[in-house]
Amino acid sequence: MSLGGLFLGFFEIALSSSGGALAPAYRILVDKRGWVTAREFSEILALSQVLPGPNIVNVAIYVGGRYHGAAGAAAAFAGLLLAPLLVIVPLMVLYAQSGENELVRGSFRGVAAAAAGLMVATSIKVALPYRHSLRAVLLASLAFAAVGLLHWPLLAVVLVLAPCGMLAAWRGWL
Amino acid sequence: MSEELLRTLAALAAILAPLSLVSIGGANTILPEVHRQVVGVRGWMSDAEFADLFALARAAPGPNVLLYSIVGWKVAGVLGALVATLALSGPSSVLAFASLRAWRRFYDAPWRRPVQAGIAPVAVGLMFASAYTLVGAADASPAAYVVTAVVAALTLWTRAHPLVLLLGAAALTLTGWL
Repeated sequence: MSLGGLFLGFFEIALSSSGGALAPAYRILVDKRGWVTAREFSEILALSQVLPGPNIVNVAIYVGGRYHGAAGAAAAFAGLLLAPLLVIVPLMVLYAQSGENELVRGSFRGVAAAAAGLMVATSIKVALPYRHSLRAVLLASLAFAAVGLLHWPLLAVVLVLAPCGMLAAWRGWL
Repeated sequence: MSEELLRTLAALAAILAPLSLVSIGGANTILPEVHRQVVGVRGWMSDAEFADLFALARAAPGPNVLLYSIVGWKVAGVLGALVATLALSGPSSVLAFASLRAWRRFYDAPWRRPVQAGIAPVAVGLMFASAYTLVGAADASPAAYVVTAVVAALTLWTRAHPLVLLLGAAALTLTGWL
């Protein structure tokens, strides 16, 4: 496919990804366009999870880079992240202008509470597979307490806990 | 461009760019740190405004990582949105691109499994920290806590679409239930 095709493909993923980008990414990249196979998709995803960065952005870099090198990666990146700004910035401007409107402010209280609920559900979903491993629960609890309760800087917490986790997993303790 | 704007943009990039390289498990894990910086340390917005922006990011079309673009917009307008997007996703993308040629080898490398298995629980803990931060910022009344709990339960046990839940909560507020 062309650079423009990559840009449009990832723009389409961005526009259909309210509430999670990976499901539309799979549908569009694997089922609809056939740019990657199902196995390649799961490999790319596994690697995206090891490397830092939003998973969907890393997927875009891999797919774009594989077909068109740096230009392809840039086109996929732009389609995924920069093009949606054209849609979102006008929404932001509306939000800013309605700042004093009691009705709009009120509805935001509801949406914000619901959005927090989505995040709670996501956390529980990703945690469920680890509930039988006491050490994994302990590691997760330490990360939660350090960052959520004690407000310690994330950088330091990750740099200490991630190597501990890797060592534990390597020794077969997790 | 005024000197103040430049300084704000530089501060925004200095907060987000290092986080780009530790955002293991996705963009949600760095939310508490961004909240700490923009609300606590810098005072660029209030707790409630941060919760509003998160709600907007969830409801608007686009991947969740655009929350940070929206935070950038709030702090320094359109340029802020651009700088935040590039600072947050740029460094990790360069790293991802650099590892592209080796990615098949990485996938089969003996260390990939322990690295992934070791990072995952930390990422889970950070996700809970994000949820905790958001609940604290968004829920100012008992009714709001109920909405949060009901949305979480519906998401876990039904196939309700997130957008439907967000709009439902907005409708609930407009009719005066919240």
